[in-house]
Amino acid sequence: MSAPDRIAAAEPVLDIDGLRVLYPRADGPPLAAVDGLSLRIEAGEIHAIVGESGAGKSTAGNAVLGILEAPGHVAAGRIRIAGAELDPRTGRAPGIVPGRDIGAVFQDPMTSLNPLFTVESQIGEAMRHHLGIGRAEARRRSLDLLRAVGIPEPERRLHFYPHQLSGGQRQRVVIAAALGCDPKLIIADEPTTALDVSVQAQILRLLRMLADTRGVGIMLVTHNMGVVAEIADRVTIMRHGRMVESGPVREVLGAPRDAYARDLIASVPPVDRKLARFATPDPGAEAARTARAELARRAAPATPSSGAGDMPLLEVEGLTVDFRTRSGFFGFGARRFRAVDGVGFTLGAGEILGLVGESGSGKSTVANAIAGHVRPSGGTIRLRGKPISGAAQAPQTRAERRAVQMVFQDPYASLNPRLRVATTLAEPILFYDLARTRVDADDDAAMLLAAVGLDAESAGRFPHAFSGGQRQRVSIARALAARPALLICDEPTSSLDVSVQAQVLNLLKDLRDGAGLAILFISHDLAVVRQMCDRVVVMKDGRVCETAGTEALFEAPTHPYTRELMRLVPRLETIHTRFPATAG
Amino acid sequence: MIAVLASRLVQGLLVMLTVTALAFLMFRFVGDPVQTMSREDATPQEKAELRASLGLDLPVPLQYARFVARVVQGDLGISYRNQRPVARLIAERLPATMELVLAATLLALAFGIPLGVLAALRPDGVVARSVQALSLIGISTPTFVTGIALILVFAVGLKLVPSFGRGEVVALGWWSTGYLTASGLKSLVLPAITLSLFQLTLIMRLVRSEMIDVLSTDYIRFARARGLPRAYVHYRLALRNALMPVITVTGLQIGQLIAFAIVTETVFQWPGMGLLFIQAVGFSDIPVMSAYLLFVGALFVALNTLVDLVYVLVDPRLRTSLA
Repeated sequence: MSAPDRIAAAEPVLDIDGLRVLYPRADGPPLAAVDGLSLRIEAGEIHAIVGESGAGKSTAGNAVLGILEAPGHVAAGRIRIAGAELDPRTGRAPGIVPGRDIGAVFQDPMTSLNPLFTVESQIGEAMRHHLGIGRAEARRRSLDLLRAVGIPEPERRLHFYPHQLSGGQRQRVVIAAALGCDPKLIIADEPTTALDVSVQAQILRLLRMLADTRGVGIMLVTHNMGVVAEIADRVTIMRHGRMVESGPVREVLGAPRDAYARDLIASVPPVDRKLARFATPDPGAEAARTARAELARRAAPATPSSGAGDMPLLEVEGLTVDFRTRSGFFGFGARRFRAVDGVGFTLGAGEILGLVGESGSGKSTVANAIAGHVRPSGGTIRLRGKPISGAAQAPQTRAERRAVQMVFQDPYASLNPRLRVATTLAEPILFYDLARTRVDADDDAAMLLAAVGLDAESAGRFPHAFSGGQRQRVSIARALAARPALLICDEPTSSLDVSVQAQVLNLLKDLRDGAGLAILFISHDLAVVRQMCDRVVVMKDGRVCETAGTEALFEAPTHPYTRELMRLVPRLETIHTRFPATAG
Repeated sequence: MIAVLASRLVQGLLVMLTVTALAFLMFRFVGDPVQTMSREDATPQEKAELRASLGLDLPVPLQYARFVARVVQGDLGISYRNQRPVARLIAERLPATMELVLAATLLALAFGIPLGVLAALRPDGVVARSVQALSLIGISTPTFVTGIALILVFAVGLKLVPSFGRGEVVALGWWSTGYLTASGLKSLVLPAITLSLFQLTLIMRLVRSEMIDVLSTDYIRFARARGLPRAYVHYRLALRNALMPVITVTGLQIGQLIAFAIVTETVFQWPGMGLLFIQAVGFSDIPVMSAYLLFVGALFVALNTLVDLVYVLVDPRLRTSLA
């Protein structure tokens, strides 16, 4: 303990005792978003709050900041910030001013800065209001802050608008704005969730440094166990508003006592080894197996038996996609941006191929080109040996479109909210003439629902009646309805909770094993890729860096970029190196 | 920026060519001017001479080319009704309409924006509720009803303001203004209120819904979490974002008001363009009608271009992507 006595003896920066936050509901008893949360954060400590969506972790942070959304309110318990007790009615503690004494960092740097104001104005305004300093002084301090959070060319960046900055730079600006008045406490709500791993690593390092050098106490709300293991000192696991387990990171993550905590941690895909499947309950397993066998039987005649023996299902060669970034004057002076530059790979029948890269690497564009949503400007794509789409060719035929189906990232946005699930599923079946009547189509739909582990009653419901994971199952069923040869999954689990993610990933694996489906699996999450894929293509700036078998790639990456990516992934296992075992 | 302006201008030119074609076709299909202009007992020879003197015996494309050439030089023809150049007629009437529309727009903005903000900030407050109710009336009552009701109460009943006309005007070069005399301003009150009512309601509702959207964004939450004062967050930060679409709507509405102030001008006998147009329709005064069509077309093209340029000035995202 090298911390000076002054800090050790002082009040904790945050002391929550028995906090209960209620949301009154029109129909029924009020919802307890947070129920009996108690925790203490000392100066210089990072305390992580983890849990799945609806656990109440963000609500706890908002309660401390006094920005609970009406009609939510603190119904019981105490919140003390640096010794001052928060008045539950006003959301303020005497002498504590949010923005001056508490800093806030939110999840999405793309939306947490106002697009119409400059960086300087947004960092400086809180200082000018809380510290009463002038414009010039605010500018000087803003400049210092930008330097402190490591933004290159801070003088120039001061005059930038948010859209001129990258996601990582924006999050640094958000952190700089939060630090302006030298707060004792920072509430960071999913500060790195929307960022690439390399940027995430930088932001996490910055937060750790703030805690260590400035003695800031940080409440880190996150769903990412790897992040917790990487930088937190203590962790509280929440579920349905209640505290499930709390304690030092090494104890809680290393040897969770509570059953839910154990399940949650077991659902986290490890980067350092491949599991056969996730240990998670699988709904409707028996019916699903039968349905998948039926799917496989039907898929069989679709595959031409004539000499297509060992030909790869999908061959991509020299694929290039250009986007026009500005239209120019009647086509003159238009600028082009090469999103995909000479990408090539093959995908065999029944194979799961991973496509990995950071944002802007062109991985989704490759998927869109294969699915025919984007017209490539060069290269060839062959499905079962036949070119399906080349430069400036006619749109794909119906058969070609049917052969490739997609599952999208956001299950909330990708289903039509006005269509019942049965209609959503019947649509592609009837469109591709895979059933003669709606009745036959509904039979098929029922079989598809069984195959993705949903019960038969689901057919009559609308999407809003389903959870995120269930919706993603519906999306997968819809893609399967067209009886595709290839399923493209674009970040299929990145908006889902880990336990739900585990179920969906198990499902995709089972579909491959049971129905012989080939999958192009696009993800930025290396841990998920390791669990799912047979081979992996690593992309950066529109080009392929490395293609290798999954195990070979993860055990011995050859390309420096791949090695860098591997190194930066926050891993649960870090706790063993950060806190070397002392007692066995 | 210059490229945008240039491409806008070219687009505008294309639109104007189309409008000119329509205005030209009007001459050919809305009645025969020779019939209207000649005496009832005119001989066929006299009619033919008149036709030739108007250039109506030439092939159609040539007539169109000559029409465009004349329009470009500002020659919009001679009014059938009072035998004066249409361009001069419009120039005489333009200031009246422009001043009326300007006053109406200022009124609409001055009341619509604050009321909209208020309705968004206190959705359950007395102001918000009464304003919502009133706005329904404002949006659903026809202009002539409001106009007549206002005349009845304030001009006939209370005798506070005149019920028709523009009052005394002062000439500033070719422009005549009613803003500088007491009677001119008094005459402006009722027609301006009548004309602004619909626009006011529209702006208020737009500001309200935009403001509600903006207040729920992350950047406003983030501004609150930084402990910035409420007034600062609402009026300086949020309002600026909420006003972006108001620019478009106000721009287009100004066009609407100028082009379709007809009803208000008729009710108040306001000597503006609308009245000119209505009288032209009654007389099938085709040169005036086609000139009016051209004017409205040009007006909308100009306003649209202006709105786009203002957007570029206001929104930094557009500014840099075009720079």
